[in-house]
Amino acid sequence: MIYLELFWEFFKTGLFSIGGGLATIPFLYDIGERYDWLDTSIIPDMIAISESTPGPIGINMATYTGYMAAGMLGSLIASLSVILPSVIIVILLSKLLVSYSQDKRVLNAMYGLRPASLGLITAAAFALLKVSVFTFETFVETRNILDIIDIKALILFVCLLVARIFYRRIHPIIFIVFAGIVGIIFKF
Amino acid sequence: MRALFELYWIFLKVGLFTFGGGYTMLPILQKEIVEKRKWLATEQLIDFYSLSQCSPGVIAVNVSTYIGYNRKKYLGGIFCALGVITPSIIIITIIATVLTNFLHIEAVNHAFAGIRAAVAALVIVTIIDMYKKSIVDWVCIILYIGSFVISVFTSISPVFIVLVSAVVGLLLGTRMSERKKRDK
Repeated sequence: MIYLELFWEFFKTGLFSIGGGLATIPFLYDIGERYDWLDTSIIPDMIAISESTPGPIGINMATYTGYMAAGMLGSLIASLSVILPSVIIVILLSKLLVSYSQDKRVLNAMYGLRPASLGLITAAAFALLKVSVFTFETFVETRNILDIIDIKALILFVCLLVARIFYRRIHPIIFIVFAGIVGIIFKF
Repeated sequence: MRALFELYWIFLKVGLFTFGGGYTMLPILQKEIVEKRKWLATEQLIDFYSLSQCSPGVIAVNVSTYIGYNRKKYLGGIFCALGVITPSIIIITIIATVLTNFLHIEAVNHAFAGIRAAVAALVIVTIIDMYKKSIVDWVCIILYIGSFVISVFTSISPVFIVLVSAVVGLLLGTRMSERKKRDK
């Protein structure tokens, strides 16, 4: 029964992959090795598509795998089962958090968690800059000094950064749509 | 019921404009939840985000569920989680059925190159906002720089980084807040 298998495999993936969407990749390979409904050779393409479509990467991958395995119903089952453990656990943790929100230990743990978490977000932003504006990897391949920085992307990046700092009322969604259009017009 | 659908709709928008991992949704959450609706303070958003990094599952869904529960208990959590995954299900299904050559469409690649630069700018401004609220003394600065450096230069799991910093907070939190009171 493919639907049950999808449910069980993605439930496990949701339960054991901690730390973001990309943590689900090893689980996908493991699933591909055990079942014939997932062909592991399509996984790199799946990652690329998940990264360049709207939606969190983890969910996109579950939906895509589910669709490839068993069509529309498969994609629904895979994405619902991958979020089920999260929803249950987060709701339980939230209940705990509400009753201990003024507890000294919780406050202290949060005091340490915030900066670390912000550090991780900064690292993620850094990784994003490395693939969009500062293209070191292209430089390593081509050894052409002009390839260190993607000039067009840098200009767009700086303009949007300044605009975001000074015009706080503009919705971030507008920035994203605008950047997409600029990307198409100026062939980024 | 209306409140639940409002949550569903907000998170549907958030899901639609999240490009990449869960952290790329932070600027939109900051705008929709903190600035526009004032449901949370910036600090609380960071807290939910920190907890989401060490809760199992996809970070984006975890953050959404935390915020949903904070608003409307169980049902709020469920509606937010469903909202944030709805665009993925629709868009991926369309790509898998009719746009099978999606990765080779030139306009898509150009658009995404632009979007990545925009998301980087948006996330950096959000980081600056959050920095002001969460980095309050030298212990925080060390934790911040430490977790950044470890995350960029090693393959140590973020879960481990987050857990160690919680322990540091447990050990030093009281002492640091008392010192701040004394200084005042």
